[in-house]
Amino acid sequence: MLEIKNLHARIGEKEILRGVNLVVPDGEIHAIMGPNGAGKSTLSYVLSGRDGYEVTAGEAIYNGQNVLAMEPEDRAAAGIFLAFQYPVELPGVGNANFLRTALNAVRRKRGEDELDAVAFLKLARAAAKMLQMKEDFLKRNVNVGFSGGEKKRNEMLQMALLQPGLAILDETDSGLDIDALKIVAEGVNALRSPTFSALVVTHYQRLLDHIVPDVVHVLAGGRIVRSGTKELALELEAHGYAGLEAA
Amino acid sequence: MSAMTETETETTVHEMAAQKYKYGFTTDIAMEAFPKGLNEDIVRLISAKKSEPAWMLDWRLKAFAMWRKMEEPHWARIHHPPIDYDDLYYYAAPSAPAPKSLDEVDPSLLDMYEKLGIPLNERAALAGVAVDAVFDSVSVATTFRETLSKAGVIFCPISEAVREHPELVREYLGSVVPMADNYFAALNSAVFSDGSFVYIPKGVRCPMELSTYFRINAKNTGQFERTLIIAAEGASVSYLEGCTAPMRDENQLHAAVVELVALDEAKIKYSTVQNWYPGDADGKGGIYNFVTKRGACRGRNSKISWTQVETGSAITWKYPSCILQGDGSVGEFYSVAVTNNFQQADTGTKMIHLGKNTTSTIISKGISAGHSNNTYRGLVKIMPGASGARNFTQCDSLLIGDQCGAHTVPYIESRNMSAKVEHEATTSKIAEDQLFYCRSRGLSQEDAVGLIVNGFCKDVLKELPMEFAVEAQKLLSVSLEGSVG
Repeated sequence: MLEIKNLHARIGEKEILRGVNLVVPDGEIHAIMGPNGAGKSTLSYVLSGRDGYEVTAGEAIYNGQNVLAMEPEDRAAAGIFLAFQYPVELPGVGNANFLRTALNAVRRKRGEDELDAVAFLKLARAAAKMLQMKEDFLKRNVNVGFSGGEKKRNEMLQMALLQPGLAILDETDSGLDIDALKIVAEGVNALRSPTFSALVVTHYQRLLDHIVPDVVHVLAGGRIVRSGTKELALELEAHGYAGLEAA
Repeated sequence: MSAMTETETETTVHEMAAQKYKYGFTTDIAMEAFPKGLNEDIVRLISAKKSEPAWMLDWRLKAFAMWRKMEEPHWARIHHPPIDYDDLYYYAAPSAPAPKSLDEVDPSLLDMYEKLGIPLNERAALAGVAVDAVFDSVSVATTFRETLSKAGVIFCPISEAVREHPELVREYLGSVVPMADNYFAALNSAVFSDGSFVYIPKGVRCPMELSTYFRINAKNTGQFERTLIIAAEGASVSYLEGCTAPMRDENQLHAAVVELVALDEAKIKYSTVQNWYPGDADGKGGIYNFVTKRGACRGRNSKISWTQVETGSAITWKYPSCILQGDGSVGEFYSVAVTNNFQQADTGTKMIHLGKNTTSTIISKGISAGHSNNTYRGLVKIMPGASGARNFTQCDSLLIGDQCGAHTVPYIESRNMSAKVEHEATTSKIAEDQLFYCRSRGLSQEDAVGLIVNGFCKDVLKELPMEFAVEAQKLLSVSLEGSVG
């Protein structure tokens, strides 16, 4: 379970998060919606430990651990996974090598045995097949020359292999056509279980047609200003975010 | 934190920094050294010690006379206090008589090479790699000589080749790097003490990888090794060299010369993993690595390929080059140069196109971290007769941190209208978002740097023989430890 209490964070002098309160119980999928500049990406980065964000107050507890005190790699090992809005290119680094290095780093920290090349490839091929990715995906360099859709699928492939307990999807749907969107959704839905939860950050409601959330929150002006069922997303789609910030 | 624990912490940090160079130990062995300083008598002593014929001594003396008239070059982007050439030992060797077989090699030397991961014991050695081990000024052991001689391959210390194969040495020594080519080459020609000699006869594919392992051990001693490799018509060979030295506070000079000759259809692949002691984190100590390496593609369709991974030395000054004389000959230079802390590297290549339809490829990857400076300096020269010549050059620099420098100095001279010369260069930094991306997937900061750097160098590392590629990858990560964050 993820519990965020009164979280304040800033970049430089600018306060972006101004008291976020949020509870995501295991097994649930929560959507975070909100206008541009509301702090959606900041929330994602603060939870995954990116440099440059200063937490000035509040806390985030995941499965009893104080997330904000941990290094990003330890958060990954604890089961937190961030799917990037803009996945990063790593020239010369083979996708399979990257995935295996990451997986084994996480497995080591979780006290599990490392996978050898054969066992890893079997796993990776199965995951790639589920996400309808061509096998040469594994041979290409990480995200280099990938289309927008391919990059997002690659994020889903990493997620499928790392088996997180909490996935944070940071506008994973941006720039995706409908087919790619469905595949991303299938990637998340395939992980659904009583021990898996997700925070789906999105600007648009269309992703939520495919990943049906248990709760929808509206983040505006650095705070959660409304929470509701999936119908809230439809309402926002119809009426926009105007007026919410004052709430 | 109390003053006491601060000191303790500091000590631990220093110890850790020291541990990063794991080859920094010294070997305690009875040594014989000539008096310090350089004069004609020292040159005569070295020659006499090696029981050299008169022609060899004459050659050395001529080089010495030329060297005295020359001046140290200062065009490279490197800085060091003046070197006192009279404060060096020019010859140091274990005092026991030269071993005739491996059984006679001093056990403490065998131990040392074991520690370095170079087993000289043939049964234990990696199948398929023959090793020549050069300790300070002499070659202490050469393995697999019998197997090689069955194939007609000569692989022996160059001091032995001078005595046993004078016709070959006289024909080729100094034919690629003339004795007065440059200051350090002239110095080497006068005082070189040992190194490897390789001759692959006509049509022979050398049955195993050849490798030389250079070790500087003695204090205040310069190492001046000389390597000569000849591949006759249709022959081919792959040769590797590795270098390490103890950690010492003073700088030590290493001025080697390597000459390669490839005749018609011959192929020579020369790989270096250079890990001389780089000095400490404050820039104290380390090897001055001033080396002249050059290959001549004399025959048609011959090929010389240089691959180097340079992580060590306080200063590296080295430009492995190819003279593409034979029509259709091919020159290649693949280089990874890493500098950290206060290291300086000025390295690159020269590709001289003389023959028709000659081609050259240059792939250079420079990585700078800490306060270091890393310069690529290269020359592509197309002579009037080199119709249809082609060159492709790619120089990439990667910066880690904001205190280091990367410099690219390419020279291109084309005197033939039909030649095609391409040059691509990039400079980039390891981006914060790349590191964060890796870490958010569970990689530690250091593993992330290692992965990104190895990716950056992949085009070069894949040219290395398999077992060295793995070693080189580890070496890159170790060299850059602590460079980020």
